[in-house]
Amino acid sequence: MKVFFFHLMPYADVDLDEVRKVGTSWVKLSNRLYDPETGAMLYERYLGQLERAEALGFDGVGVNEHHQTAYGMMPSPIVMAASLAQRTHRMKICILGSALPLRQHPLTLAEEHAMIDTLTRGRLITGFVRGIGAEYHVFGVDPTTSRERFHEAHDLIVRAWTETGPFEFSGKHYKHRYVNTWPRPYQQPHPPIWIPSQGSQETIDFASHPDRRYTYLQTFSPAAAVRKYLDLYRARAQEYGYMALDSQLGWAVPVYVGETDESAIAEARPHFENFRNCFARMPIEFLLPPGYTSRGSMKRVAAAKKSMFGDLAIEPAIEMGMMVCGSAATVRDRLLEYRAEMGFGNLMALLQFGTLPAGLTDANMDRFAAGVMPALQALGERPAGQRRVA
Amino acid sequence: MPGLTRSTETVRGCTVSLLRGGSGPPLLFLHGAGGGGAELPFMARLAERFDLIAPEHPGFGGSDEPDWFDNIHDVAYFYLDFLKHLDLSGVHLAGLSLGGWIAMEIAVRSTARLASLTLACPAGIHVPGLATGDPFAWSPEEICRHGFHDQALAAAAIAELPEAVEADDTWLKNRSSFARLAWEPRMHDPHLPKWLHRIDVPTRIVWGADDTILSAGHAEAIAAMIPGAGVTVVPDTGHFLHIERADALVSAIDAHTRDS
Repeated sequence: MKVFFFHLMPYADVDLDEVRKVGTSWVKLSNRLYDPETGAMLYERYLGQLERAEALGFDGVGVNEHHQTAYGMMPSPIVMAASLAQRTHRMKICILGSALPLRQHPLTLAEEHAMIDTLTRGRLITGFVRGIGAEYHVFGVDPTTSRERFHEAHDLIVRAWTETGPFEFSGKHYKHRYVNTWPRPYQQPHPPIWIPSQGSQETIDFASHPDRRYTYLQTFSPAAAVRKYLDLYRARAQEYGYMALDSQLGWAVPVYVGETDESAIAEARPHFENFRNCFARMPIEFLLPPGYTSRGSMKRVAAAKKSMFGDLAIEPAIEMGMMVCGSAATVRDRLLEYRAEMGFGNLMALLQFGTLPAGLTDANMDRFAAGVMPALQALGERPAGQRRVA
Repeated sequence: MPGLTRSTETVRGCTVSLLRGGSGPPLLFLHGAGGGGAELPFMARLAERFDLIAPEHPGFGGSDEPDWFDNIHDVAYFYLDFLKHLDLSGVHLAGLSLGGWIAMEIAVRSTARLASLTLACPAGIHVPGLATGDPFAWSPEEICRHGFHDQALAAAAIAELPEAVEADDTWLKNRSSFARLAWEPRMHDPHLPKWLHRIDVPTRIVWGADDTILSAGHAEAIAAMIPGAGVTVVPDTGHFLHIERADALVSAIDAHTRDS
């Protein structure tokens, strides 16, 4: 199994009382609460944590894109990937992902990802996402066209990477008289593409299609949902006529390792609960703007509104598998069980979450790397199959 | 009092649901973003003097969601086809909010079949410096509170919302179609002001003085762009003028169409 350190880079020093008062850390929370000096200090701290992951033996690190929020300070994960390209030498760098439909000209993403891939001589893992609902408010992109734009931008980027130009691309949303990207990606035919998702049949059908076989990454969901969606991927692959590899499946989950189960929960509690109940909190109008997803999915979320939008304490979160927390032995055994049950080949461990401070994050990383990660990496992988990964 | 009949019309493959009733000159009423399926008291009042035709826009309520439904211009052209299909002329066109915006988009394209235009707090025009709300950022309850000046009416409207309204099929369909037309640019067409001078039928603009979704200052700004347009401001009234002051809306339409 491959093990990655995934970071959201939250603005951890935010005034949480203000977040609670506004009801969300997204879009409506004024950036007067942001202090430039604190921002610079947090960037340095977080990049240092990711850099140190290489020495600790992680297979890679992951960054992602969010806009106008204290939840994550990476409106451009590509900027962070560029910094990490210089700070690291062996690890994979995962951009999980870039939000394709939010770009006016997604061809710029083909360029920027190719640059990172070249800078790192092929250490880039590319991720494509639609961007979360709140971000459609940020950029004024019509959410009812989100899926169309995603598919069209995907086709444009992959063609820009795999076909030599200049050629013309004429879609409904994106039109380019000349597609002729310099640089082309370092990895051939292109960097591995991962699809992070909160889970939907449409996304699974797309990722698992035999022409693509993209790695599907289930993010921040209860274990039961992770199991369901990974099973759906395997079932869909079988319908398509092939067996999905574990390396095509991944799980992103907050992890905290303490000295004992009790101390782990005590240390992680306020920071996880801040992550879940403050940083991630947003009203349904922001999570699911009109037409952002199928009406069936909208109805399921609206029906589950009470449980989804209420506060959650760390114990039920651990119980549900929305977080893995405990001593190294507990976390290792739990992850091995989950892995045996769910069959995922990639673990994206969110080792810093919410307000988790530097000292606890470092300790978490050290205990995870020493007492959990070796057992996971020793599981090995089934052959990489048809996908070419440099 | 004549009742309204629910029926459908199919225009070039797109079926729309409509309420129709009364007799007199034809009056086409175009509903706002909340949808048009319900038979409201102001409609019965209008049917006393008009052949009232109140369709649900393509994409809304019981109407189809056609492939061509991409923007406000598509809806305007649809309604020009719709008027031709029903072979109507001398039509008094009235629209509220989103419907007022569509009415302007129709009228800048052709007034050949129109006798007059009444715009009730129409969306569609961005006036720098004037306050607007963002219904896309509001819950159904917040929309009700912003829609009315009289908060007792807002409370009554909230009480009448369907259970789990955010999971309601019609709510989801209407919100999605509203977003398709009005998400970006938010509730306006930046090109529309360039062509409002083309409207050559008598035009009356009616606005609730206390509208917090589109502030009443918009009325004079829009009137200045439409030749000869007059303004009626209704005191102590919010954006849901057709419910809060149905009498004022009906008398404004009545007076305006008699003058026209």
